[in-house]
Amino acid sequence: MNRLLPRLLFAPAVVSLFLWMIVPLVMTLYFSTVHYNLMQPGEKTFVGWENFAYFATDPDFAVSIVNTLVLLGSVIAITVVFGIALALLINEPFPGRGIVRVLLISPFFVMPTANALLWKHMMMNPIYGILAQVWIFFGSTPVDWLTDHPLFSVIVMVSWQWLPFACLIFITSLQSLDRDQMEAAGMDGANPLQKFWFLTLPHLGRSIAVVVMIEMIFLLSVFAEIYTTTGGGPGNESTNLAFLIFKQALMNFDVGVASAGALFAVILANIAAVFLIRMIGKNLDK
Amino acid sequence: MQLKASLALIFGLATAVAAPAADLVIATVNNGHMIEMQKLGHFFEEANPGIKLKWVTLEEGVLRQRVTTDIATKGGQFDVMTIGMYETPIWGKKGWLNEIKADATYDIDDLLPAMRNGLSLDSKLYAAPFYGESSMLMYRSDLVQKAGATMPSNPTWEQVRDIAAKIHDPKAGVYGICLRGKPGWGDNMAFLSTMVNTFGGQWFDMSWKPQLDSKPWKDAVTFYVDLMKKYGPPGSSANSFNEILALYNAGKCGMWVDATIAASFITDPKQSKVADKVAFAQAPVAVTPKGANWLWAWALAIPAGSKNVDNAQKFINWATSKDYIKLVAKEKGWAAVPTGTRKSTYASPEFLKAAKFAEAEKKAIDTANPNDSTLPKSPYVGVQFAAIPEFQAIGIAVGQQMSAALAGKVTVEQALATGQTAAEREMKKAGYYK
Amino acid sequence: MNHLSLIVRTIVAWLVTLTIVFPLIWLFLTAFKTELQAIAVPPELIFTPTLENFHEVQARSDYLLYARNSLITSVLSTVIGLALAAPAAYSMAFFRTKKTKDLLMWMLSTKMMPAVGALVPVYVIAQTAGMLDSLTGLTIVFTLSNLPIMVWMLYSGFKEIPPDILEAARMDGAGVWGEFVHVIRPLATGTLASTGLLCLVLSWNEAFWALNLSSANAGTLATLIASYSSPEGLFWAKLSCASLMAIAPIIVLGWFSQKQLVQGLTFGAVK
Repeated sequence: MNRLLPRLLFAPAVVSLFLWMIVPLVMTLYFSTVHYNLMQPGEKTFVGWENFAYFATDPDFAVSIVNTLVLLGSVIAITVVFGIALALLINEPFPGRGIVRVLLISPFFVMPTANALLWKHMMMNPIYGILAQVWIFFGSTPVDWLTDHPLFSVIVMVSWQWLPFACLIFITSLQSLDRDQMEAAGMDGANPLQKFWFLTLPHLGRSIAVVVMIEMIFLLSVFAEIYTTTGGGPGNESTNLAFLIFKQALMNFDVGVASAGALFAVILANIAAVFLIRMIGKNLDK
Repeated sequence: MQLKASLALIFGLATAVAAPAADLVIATVNNGHMIEMQKLGHFFEEANPGIKLKWVTLEEGVLRQRVTTDIATKGGQFDVMTIGMYETPIWGKKGWLNEIKADATYDIDDLLPAMRNGLSLDSKLYAAPFYGESSMLMYRSDLVQKAGATMPSNPTWEQVRDIAAKIHDPKAGVYGICLRGKPGWGDNMAFLSTMVNTFGGQWFDMSWKPQLDSKPWKDAVTFYVDLMKKYGPPGSSANSFNEILALYNAGKCGMWVDATIAASFITDPKQSKVADKVAFAQAPVAVTPKGANWLWAWALAIPAGSKNVDNAQKFINWATSKDYIKLVAKEKGWAAVPTGTRKSTYASPEFLKAAKFAEAEKKAIDTANPNDSTLPKSPYVGVQFAAIPEFQAIGIAVGQQMSAALAGKVTVEQALATGQTAAEREMKKAGYYK
Repeated sequence: MNHLSLIVRTIVAWLVTLTIVFPLIWLFLTAFKTELQAIAVPPELIFTPTLENFHEVQARSDYLLYARNSLITSVLSTVIGLALAAPAAYSMAFFRTKKTKDLLMWMLSTKMMPAVGALVPVYVIAQTAGMLDSLTGLTIVFTLSNLPIMVWMLYSGFKEIPPDILEAARMDGAGVWGEFVHVIRPLATGTLASTGLLCLVLSWNEAFWALNLSSANAGTLATLIASYSSPEGLFWAKLSCASLMAIAPIIVLGWFSQKQLVQGLTFGAVK
């Protein structure tokens, strides 16, 4: 009974995920080894490693991996740090806290394409964007965000969208913080910084792990924002791995090379995951 | 047993009698003229009871990906697809499209020759043009006049540069000339291709070798980057049609070379602050007039293997007919009709009165020839693109480099060299040569 | 002293919030402008609002159909997802084995392949199964896409429940079901609510699959937004309006589930 019950409980989830993963994965593995271009229907001839070689010898390949990791790391860092800060800020009650909470979560509801267009035209345009007006107000020339700092601009857009998510997780987690323990520590003479470092932060450990893992999954495949705003950036400055795959899949319609690229992305994701797990892994097992 | 059978029979009959009208699924771009077509669709439904129109409207890039995926995997999701002059020759050759059968009142000879040829193979029309465009120069007559200059109707790039220098006034918020810069084969490369053409260049030579390392490419791109650096607005490397339209309508651009359809927006007082101050000239030329202005049409096509061919033909005949244009004129006015497809539109006095740009537009379309758009002979069809499947990926890779050159991140030579490598790579993979 | 810190905190919290939310406020304002006003330089803060964009969206697209489809697919995928994920997370949190961590990692890795790389395989499968342009197909895809996330979040939330409470319940003779209903659920309402909300939002915003797997009938609000982005011509006012109409149901829902969240949260803090 003790062994059977847990198995029964997670069986449905595992089985459905298995099917969902296995079938496209197997197909992708198969496609990555054949020559399959939608525009050239015909026999799918086996080509071995050729698709992988082609994808990996793209001049933008190395840069795209770096950009992907930079995007990943920056957005995670920004959302975790500011997410915790915001959650702490609104942890204690104050007038209008309910409204503030809903407002803070709202950027997450905007669709990524709309988000990208909003930032590109209304905020970041160097002539009629809001940021340009602010810069002019303070007497300096507006920054051409998408031209001079394309990757940074994309990072800002994506962070803005994911900050609410991180904030929500941390707010939820903070609510289960042990108040008595905090008060006792205060009475023992601990200052706010010490209380934060030794009590709050470890408590938040697990939720930080959740945020990092989940964001990592989504951020690896960011490409709608890039496609809409910079088209890969001047040169390849804002090209990431997902954009390269997109180029192959939906511009070239080369399913073979796109599948190879997708497998590269999986490998990269696994490496990043192992690395991140090592950094915060202990929090998973507590 | 008998009861069950008779119930089943009755049920079957009942559903057969109550069967819904045949659905016609139409995939189209979300441009103004198509939205108009969607709004006027009820006229077609009223004239053809039994056909119900279902619309899928998407932005150009997404639409293209969507319909290509569907037609290549024989997904069968769409009965009518809106495609352009790029896809039509490619898909027509593959046998993926049904030939358009014109009905009695269609008057297929009324179609502008450039449009008809661009969408046909072996004189079979594979997609009916819904609206067509070329490119031309749209300038602010008030600014040019104030600077004491005159714009010839067929200017050269040198002349355009000189005038841009005269009217460039950033302190007053006016930039001499606005041109596309956002990476994309249909964004900055559409424009740059025409510039390369008129400087005497081509995308591929007769043995399909990319020509980005040739002199015309270098001359054209150097001229472009130099021109934009001196007289262009900031943020150009992320600007495409819509961004520049917003700038132009707000009065910030002195000149603009882009799609002729822009003319209908910038002369519309409801959305443009400079509606009455715009004048038109042909796209600038350099070494040769060939390929200086592009040719594009959005056309309606029927995928092969569609189960709804007859209804689709009916709809396409309706939507691209003379009567449809008259319908739009009646409902929204002559300034809003889809242009660039039929000779009769340009012969209509009401249209010419309502559209100041009509003459320049027709001249541009008539002079564009996708089969002869480069000075040296080319193996491909298309003015601002090469109608081969590999072009999309090549176009965006080169576009990214051009955008980088415009942003000053790399030199023009570097950008062209990187673009050349990218193009050669794709062509080799596609098997054009070893 | 406390009063001062309250005032300071309030001001800071509101300032930070307004700065962060400013782009959304701008979106809201733009929805009521004409296209010409939307591109005005310098940007107009004071203007006469107009409802013409709302009329246009209503006239041109079947908003109610898209909203209905979004609602059905999001809610169903959330409910089914929770039904699948909760037991899984429960068993992994409270009946740990050596394999648990590997299982969790594997679940997450199913999401690591960028969707765009799997487009053709999934499209072909969907077509063979007759699931193209169907709400069923979309719901299945959404559920399976979000399942790993839900399992992870619920697992993490369940682990925060102090084990002694469970021990006490078990010693009191509560069976597994009793444990779940009387102990876990009240303490984990916050997690369940936030996981559900997250899944709802992810399904609501899921654009890639919604666009590619639907055509005439199963379009969601994501496809509605897609039809307003980047046409040839000025579109920011209309897009802002369409975005507003797409966000509105979720914000309303979020506002109501706020109370749930708060309830769950205060429960969690009570010992």
